[in-house]
Amino acid sequence: MTTLPADQREPGRLERSAIGGVLVREIINFSSYWRSTTFSSTVEPTIYLLAFGFGFGSLVSVVGGYDYIDFVATGTVATAVLFSSIFPAMFGTFIKYKFQHTYDAILAAPVDTEELVTGEALWLAMRASVYGCAPLLVGLVFGLDPSWGMLAVPAINFVAGYGWACTGVAIAGWLKGIENFNYVTSAVITPLFLVAGTFFPLTGLPEWVQALAQLNPLFHCVQLVRHAAFGWEGWADVWNFAFLIIFGLLMWRVAIAAMERKLID
Amino acid sequence: MNDRAGCDPFDVPSTVHALELSHVVKRYGDITAVNGLDLVVPEGGCVGLLGPNGAGKSTTMRMLTAQTIADEGQITVLGHELPGDSKAARARMGVVPQLDNLDTTLTVEQNLVVFSHLYRVPKAKRKDAIERVLGIANLGERRDSKVDELSGGMRRRLLIGRALIHQPQLVLLDEPTVGLDPQVRQELWALIDLLRSEGVSILMSTHYIEEAERLCDSVTIVSHGSAVAVGAPTDLVAEHAGRDAVEIYGSPERLIEIEAEMAKEGFPTRRTGTSIAVLGLDDAAGRAPAGERRPANLEDVFVLLTGEEIA
Repeated sequence: MTTLPADQREPGRLERSAIGGVLVREIINFSSYWRSTTFSSTVEPTIYLLAFGFGFGSLVSVVGGYDYIDFVATGTVATAVLFSSIFPAMFGTFIKYKFQHTYDAILAAPVDTEELVTGEALWLAMRASVYGCAPLLVGLVFGLDPSWGMLAVPAINFVAGYGWACTGVAIAGWLKGIENFNYVTSAVITPLFLVAGTFFPLTGLPEWVQALAQLNPLFHCVQLVRHAAFGWEGWADVWNFAFLIIFGLLMWRVAIAAMERKLID
Repeated sequence: MNDRAGCDPFDVPSTVHALELSHVVKRYGDITAVNGLDLVVPEGGCVGLLGPNGAGKSTTMRMLTAQTIADEGQITVLGHELPGDSKAARARMGVVPQLDNLDTTLTVEQNLVVFSHLYRVPKAKRKDAIERVLGIANLGERRDSKVDELSGGMRRRLLIGRALIHQPQLVLLDEPTVGLDPQVRQELWALIDLLRSEGVSILMSTHYIEEAERLCDSVTIVSHGSAVAVGAPTDLVAEHAGRDAVEIYGSPERLIEIEAEMAKEGFPTRRTGTSIAVLGLDDAAGRAPAGERRPANLEDVFVLLTGEEIA
């Protein structure tokens, strides 16, 4: 690789110091509200897990070859990742843009929209990676057998969380008002959440729904986590992981485009 | 009115301009917010961008950080062409926004830490940079206070201090004292004056005439998106309003009559709300109307040049 003289070089894109600055802001802010966020991000999936695990668990003991509580504990990991990345991304982005004018301050510094979005998504992905492990830990307490594969779960969570965070940023960038978030939540997020094999296997659903589920990143995340816990399934998991990476990269660019449209006129 | 003809008020070669806009245009649909604006801030100078609401001041400020992209014209900041090279310019420039966008749940010091990272202050210098700003903003004792707990004046000082964390060569101040009481404004003026004395180049948008008169070496008066006058405040007053103004009071009907009479005589006038100020009387000799005589000021020029109707 040849190095161009300074005057011919493009002004740096995706610079580490710029992304780092955005991350530092988030991390320092997090120190002022981590308690409530951690509470809701860990307690909520735990409640789901216990309610479904014991509620349905009393009716069905084995699903898809797994103990039902084990089935739900692994499935809820993906849900926890989804909720702890897409919602803070949607609301956080909108609030920082519209009400706190934080982005005006950041973009006046040597930080571009691309770096801003990347930093925000990286931070949410890290958070989701950690919060996503909560259901698994609760599951372990309730009898889920530990396995080495589970050590891959934070990495799976990170990749999925990055994609969801970018999706949330893109939604916030695309929608005009915060009241419109309801449409997205009801029409997009809820179906994605339910048709992902989290609480029940997809095999009972009509075939066209099963086919559509293949396009649902949450489904691939659920599959991966389950296989990490109960045993990898070779190429199927390579595909699941590849799908999440493609999803993340795609939504990353969509989020940047949406925010550039919103922030730069 | 044509101060722009041939008009660099600073008589310095263009290479040392901290900031230069030439023939800049920005349209939003049918609305032309900035319409062929020329503006220069020489290195080390303090320039006021003066204009009524809606004159294009805020749009201009946003263009200098490339958050708004001009449709036409050229913008150079600290030797960097915008918008392509904007990031390099932003690294050496401090921006004080009109709207307070501090992180309110963080402490004073935490806000500065965040910005020391965003502005890439090297790790070894961060601590000193923060101490320096706490000193400038006189917030040393409040370093651990949350921004929520600060008074309006303290928040503004922090907002200005935050923009100085990386010792910028150029500072943009967008309406720095809007909505503050006189005591706080004086405090901030002292702070801005300190920057000026340190050789920092400053562009300040304002619609407070006194602020521009006290702080700026030169002002550019903008109306409907373009510059209508450029020069040192005292020169502008001398040129457009003359030494003295005569204020004539009367009923609203009477004021309208006076306006017409003065127009016939060829004297420029401007309304003050309660009276008519007659300007341009330097050569009037005996033709000057009777009334309350006072020195002409920048406000007279401002109202004269930007029109009286509220946009």
